[in-house]
Amino acid sequence: MHGLLQSIQRVAEHRLPSLTRYRQPESLPIQLHRRRIYIVPTGFGIAFSVLLLVMLTGALNYANNAALLLTCLLGAASAASMLMTFRSLNGLRLDQIRAHHAIAGQPLQVTLTLASTRARSAIRLDLDHDSTAFTASADVATDVTLTVPTLQRGWQPLPRVRLWSTWPLGLFRAWSWLHPDVSVLVWPQPELAGPPPRGLAEAAHHMRLHQGDELAALRDYRAGDPQRHIAWKASASHDRLLVKDFEQPRDRPQWQLDWRQLTDMDKESRISRLARWLGEAQAQRRSYSLWLPDNSIPNGSGSQHYAHCMSALAELP
Amino acid sequence: MTAAKRAKAAPINQRAFDLLSLTLAVVLGVHSPHLPWWLSAVLALILGWRWWQRRQRIGRVPRWLKLPLLALLTLGIIAWYGSLFGRAPGTALAVGLLILKLLETETARDTRVGIGFACFALMAALLFDQGLVATIVVALGLLPALATLRALEPAQAPATLQRALLPSLSLLAAALPLTLFAFLLIPRLSSPLWGAPSSDQAVTGLSDSMAPGNFTDLLLDDRPALRVTFDGAPPPPNLRYFRAYVMWNYDGRSWHHRRADLGRTQAPIEVDQSIGYQISLEPTQQHILPTLDIPLEAPAHTQLQPDRELRADKRVDSPISYALHSALRYRLQPTLDAPARQLGLELPAGFNPRTHALAREWRARYGNDDAAIVRAGLSLFHDGGFRYTLSPAPLGRNSVDDFLFSTHEGFCEHYSSAFTVLMRAAGIPARVVTGYQGGYWNKLGNYLLIRNSDAHAWSEVWLAGRGWVRTDPTAAVRPERASMGAAAAAGDQLSWYRTGWLQSARNHWDIVNRWWDQGVVGFNALRQRSLLTPFGIRDTDTRLLSILLVITSLVFMLVGLAWALLRRETRDPLRAALRHLERKLAQRGIVRRRGEGPQHYLSRAARALPTQRAELTRLMNDYLKLRYAHSEPPAEPLHAFQRAVRDFHAAHVVK
Repeated sequence: MHGLLQSIQRVAEHRLPSLTRYRQPESLPIQLHRRRIYIVPTGFGIAFSVLLLVMLTGALNYANNAALLLTCLLGAASAASMLMTFRSLNGLRLDQIRAHHAIAGQPLQVTLTLASTRARSAIRLDLDHDSTAFTASADVATDVTLTVPTLQRGWQPLPRVRLWSTWPLGLFRAWSWLHPDVSVLVWPQPELAGPPPRGLAEAAHHMRLHQGDELAALRDYRAGDPQRHIAWKASASHDRLLVKDFEQPRDRPQWQLDWRQLTDMDKESRISRLARWLGEAQAQRRSYSLWLPDNSIPNGSGSQHYAHCMSALAELP
Repeated sequence: MTAAKRAKAAPINQRAFDLLSLTLAVVLGVHSPHLPWWLSAVLALILGWRWWQRRQRIGRVPRWLKLPLLALLTLGIIAWYGSLFGRAPGTALAVGLLILKLLETETARDTRVGIGFACFALMAALLFDQGLVATIVVALGLLPALATLRALEPAQAPATLQRALLPSLSLLAAALPLTLFAFLLIPRLSSPLWGAPSSDQAVTGLSDSMAPGNFTDLLLDDRPALRVTFDGAPPPPNLRYFRAYVMWNYDGRSWHHRRADLGRTQAPIEVDQSIGYQISLEPTQQHILPTLDIPLEAPAHTQLQPDRELRADKRVDSPISYALHSALRYRLQPTLDAPARQLGLELPAGFNPRTHALAREWRARYGNDDAAIVRAGLSLFHDGGFRYTLSPAPLGRNSVDDFLFSTHEGFCEHYSSAFTVLMRAAGIPARVVTGYQGGYWNKLGNYLLIRNSDAHAWSEVWLAGRGWVRTDPTAAVRPERASMGAAAAAGDQLSWYRTGWLQSARNHWDIVNRWWDQGVVGFNALRQRSLLTPFGIRDTDTRLLSILLVITSLVFMLVGLAWALLRRETRDPLRAALRHLERKLAQRGIVRRRGEGPQHYLSRAARALPTQRAELTRLMNDYLKLRYAHSEPPAEPLHAFQRAVRDFHAAHVVK
């Protein structure tokens, strides 16, 4: 029964493209309204109506008015549940979509933020083959996270999103297709193994104090030190102000990753090698810079820097 | 769709299973009055065990346990009823299968099948009892059923079990108006599509014979038998005798109703006073219709029997009502022909010698004065130390002798039988009449309620010149029986709930039952056709009903759609005022861009309209202050802002 419904739905989507499938990508926010919510009985709904018909015939045949009243009550409640199914989607709004980071071939997490003016239950969201159910509370944004499969690096348009619900009785199924005009950036996949970068800068074997992430020591305040570096707690037990000194451990050499170094390779191999180097540099907590044909990223470190470099790689034509 | 398949096969949560078990418990509860007690008990045990078992460990019950249970259920039902078909065994089997279905219920699909089946079983319970209370109980049984379906949906706000039932109640309440209209308008069948079930349930009621002990069941059964409304004032209590069967034939033990195969003419009657009334009769599964005293004419589809009993052409299998006139003061059959007289004196030979001796003694003492003999008989009962009781001592072969001369206790059956035998032995034609006597006059509804427990038996003796005269020997023993009804006569022999205020409350409550019986249960094809008579449409046929049904459904659908489409936008007067201002500015070509904040937009507007720069800057500052300085804009500055927007007139843009 379910398979039959699915195929009917597929035929309908094919035959009525303007209604369902080929809705143009549209910008966020998208609010669901009656023109874009479709509703059909589920397999259980059809079976239940057959049951109601049998009950109706029996009650009429035996001239049993109490049974007829019960059948009418059940039928009217089922009809009312159809309206509730429709209402569970009507007015729902997709506000924004945030994509997480993922490299090609790995599933990418996408968070959809939905808003509703009233509480709703048992709404389901399908994105490609992933499906999840959520409740929405009144006037509070609801975040729903799903994963999409990725194949290759670069901008990947988000597939259509289906919001659907069989609330409250499972007799009817309301659904709506959303095609948000949103693309997600997929990072390139690093090669599995390869040589380390050549022509490294001379390694500095001493620790150099400079601004960095890790607390190294406390020292006396000098004019010009930023106020936020003052160690207030420690200073309270001294007669002088103490300042936190930060350091970046520079036991590893700085890497200058350069597109131009990789001459005898094709573009994708270059990209995946650079991606591997970036990953290694990040794992070894080095600082690194990246030169690309149309983009040059100065020396830096940290996860933001890494994301910046990977995105630049991913965006290469 | 692998995800959907996985979701289908996943076990349902505990809440859904609890609610399903509750639904099945309700189904079992509404069916238990007509299931054999052992089946109800076993099914309740299985239900409780399965519920407990699934709480311990999720999973189906193994097949080796299920199949023997199924076989046992089938065999048990066949052994008890002798068949699997028919209403009672079929229902028992359905309820049993439904409970056994719970043993293998694990997935959402199983649960939905179970709920559909349970709804059907709930309806089937109404085939046995369609009273008001039963219907309400069954309708409430829908609550856990609908709640179970809700519980199958994923991702819901958590709620307690009681609160889980509430939304279903509001759903049913919302469905009620459409239900009532559909109930009124769904065209009834004037004749059934297939054979209506022959009711295989025994109904307690009067029968065409009076054997010792027949009445005991009846006098203890206080379900309504008939309800009577009178044209005008009701007759006084001592005249409220409703005749059903006239019994001539006595075989020494029991009395029998004489079939109308003698081809006799109707007994002639001279009427002094008559009364018109209407009777609503509960199903009796008999042909004879009770009437007040002597009916004068036969309503449609009925015939008057020679003894002026009313006989319906069809067996009374469903409630019916009929209107007729009856004589209250009359002379019935002033002359008795020889065969009838012969029949009225017939007694089996070799029974009750002492009774015969007493009758002969009376005849010798009073000569030809029949009336004096009747009086002597009544005074024997009144003064002879007789006692009215529903549990008399058993009688031997000469039952009338035993009763009259040794046990001295009994109820209407014994008194009327003994009196009639006594009269016949004395040479006075006499017969036993059974029916109802008394009843409860419901002032609120202006009708007389007669219960099965008001069943009564009395005698009619034929006196020259007066015809058949009703004589009630029970009244001689217990005058209250005739004036105050069966309950008063029985004294303290009745169960606790039939005495005192509770009985009075039950009598008052009967008006609701009557309303239900007349308004809902008795709403048949005939009544439906005259549904629109108040609006001048005499005959509402099936076509008109269908059209009305469609129109009503559409109207309800539209109302429902209006409700569903209603968007409760949170009213934001500040935002509305800003929109107003935007519209005014847009007319001058300053359109707010997508994603442009109010501050940026209004600054841009101020630059574009230099003449109104000050005014626009003030509006902008007011707006920002109202929006961001408070969580809720205060009323007074908000009104000021709205006024300022209203008074604002954008000048033409200076290009």
